[in-house]
Amino acid sequence: MPERVMFTMGDIACAEGALSAGCRYFGGYPITPATEIAEWMARRMPEVGGAYVQYEDEIASITSVIGASWTGAKAMTATSGPGVSLMLEAIGLAVMTETPLVIVNIMRGGPSTGQPTRGQQGDVMQAKWGSHGDYQIIALTPASVQEMFDQTVRAFNLAERFRTPVFILADETVGHMRERLVIPDEHDLKIEYRKLPKVPPEEYLPFKADDDLVPPMALLGSEYQFYATGLTHDERGYPSDKENVQIELITRLNNKILHNADKIIELEEFMLDDADIAVVSYGTPSRSAKRAIKDARNEGIKVGMLRLKTVWPFPEKAIADLASRVKHIIVPEQNMGQIYHLVKEHALTTPVHLMAKPAGMPQYPQEIVQKIHEVSS
Amino acid sequence: MQKYIRTDRLPWIYCPGCSIGIATQMVAHAIEDLGLDFHKVVIISGIGCSGRTSGYFKTGTYHTTHGRAIAFAEGVKIANPELEVIVISGDGDLAAIGGNHLIHACRRNIDITVVCINNLNYGMTGGQFGPTTEHERYSQTSPPPFGNVEHPFNLVQLAASSGATFVARWTAVQARRATKSIAKGIKKKGFSFIEIVGACPTAYGRMNRLGDGLAMHKHLLEVADIQNGLPPHEAEFDYERRIVCGEFVNIEKPEYTEVLRQMHLKAHGQ
Repeated sequence: MPERVMFTMGDIACAEGALSAGCRYFGGYPITPATEIAEWMARRMPEVGGAYVQYEDEIASITSVIGASWTGAKAMTATSGPGVSLMLEAIGLAVMTETPLVIVNIMRGGPSTGQPTRGQQGDVMQAKWGSHGDYQIIALTPASVQEMFDQTVRAFNLAERFRTPVFILADETVGHMRERLVIPDEHDLKIEYRKLPKVPPEEYLPFKADDDLVPPMALLGSEYQFYATGLTHDERGYPSDKENVQIELITRLNNKILHNADKIIELEEFMLDDADIAVVSYGTPSRSAKRAIKDARNEGIKVGMLRLKTVWPFPEKAIADLASRVKHIIVPEQNMGQIYHLVKEHALTTPVHLMAKPAGMPQYPQEIVQKIHEVSS
Repeated sequence: MQKYIRTDRLPWIYCPGCSIGIATQMVAHAIEDLGLDFHKVVIISGIGCSGRTSGYFKTGTYHTTHGRAIAFAEGVKIANPELEVIVISGDGDLAAIGGNHLIHACRRNIDITVVCINNLNYGMTGGQFGPTTEHERYSQTSPPPFGNVEHPFNLVQLAASSGATFVARWTAVQARRATKSIAKGIKKKGFSFIEIVGACPTAYGRMNRLGDGLAMHKHLLEVADIQNGLPPHEAEFDYERRIVCGEFVNIEKPEYTEVLRQMHLKAHGQ
């Protein structure tokens, strides 16, 4: 399809991004503020020969997405915090069986039912630590309608490349804001697909990884027979209660993300070259921060921003490097401080100042300017 | 059987006297009798003793989280309707933690076949009461002198009233009849539910003094009352006295993936 221009909301941009990435299976359950993704998929999927399936709950939704992915389909679900809470066990299954899929969390106020129609960034740690056990996850944090499209395409590519679930973590404001969206010509998009096995079926070991730590993936219905289980398994896929099998599997599952962090992490530097003060931000608060930085620059204060387009894996090196260049770091978050703690850990001796706001509106630009004044004086 | 079973994984984990091995063979024989291309058969199970079944089949197999085998199967079938999708799992997995998925899959009428091995308790965790445990029966969590406070589901009635298009019940000793029903269920273009009533001598049998595996299977043969075509609400389940067996539902309804296919054709003006 040639290039298209739309004036639309983040949720719809996300759905279009998924379709452009080749997503042909959506399993979901309606929830504010992610419902528009489901609604858009329900209209669009029949046009592209895909399936929109509305399940009885979020548990069935995500589990069906895992099933669809094992047939070779690119598959996704979209929800909000309460839905993710229900999906967490299955997310662990997807991690353990190395299943490529995309989960969109349009974050709303929590805990519990919270404020369904108001945005927040309260689920950042849930995305990383929600399911039980030790694992890594990839989470992308778009801050505009265009990025909802671009990052969703990227989320599918990363899911396929690393055989892992990937989160889009967008706050409600990004999900519901309307902006210009340019959908590129399909030939201009880089679309990736998982590695399939190349060895003959009798030689195939379903969980034997290549040098990149990712095993080629056989599909259900193919000539390859395999057993995939949430139990700890060896390279044959067979369950094992041996200590070395557990250590080897968990280490590899973690390292396939951590050792590839440089390829996964994307950041935006904004007016950082000569900055004494840096704002570290992601999602909607980063938009307020941009305005605040311009205003403070007009007053002659050297301030800039490191915007995280990826929060998991966490950009530790970039934060350590930033901390060595600036005198203060300010972290505005729409929560009580989640990424803040990681920034503090990796900033070493550079002071890190939290601007916590567990509510629907992001920090106003003037509030961030005021904080910049405080730390610069 | 070597064509269908991962012999490198034998002996399997089941206790002596357990019915799950028999039910596994029933499914393998049904596939053989139908002459299916085994590569195109996908076998999925949940958690528990019966949940281990998928791991013994030599095709594309998947072992899901507890209760979610049907949800996974729906994703597989909808994403690739050419596959023959079979779920084998237990009563606890399918009717307790997975009960919501069971009734909604019946309602949706997706062409998958569910073989539910009903051993009347949670065996893997040591024998606790479950959704099929009869009133006042003993288990590790319904100990003497009172026994089970709750009352069981009748799975045939549950599946039938939820909209399944093929519903049958057999005991583990009626291997030929059960195999035929499983084959019919696989062939059926719609949601099929086949209950196989089995023995768990290690946990349920011991707690309720029902004898060893042989005694329990003999009992199943004695109380099985074959009543093909009986309305499902009359398919009585009384372990002591009478377990009504047979095929109770075999109806035609539009199947989900076929409706989806028609929708795609319409969307493209055909």
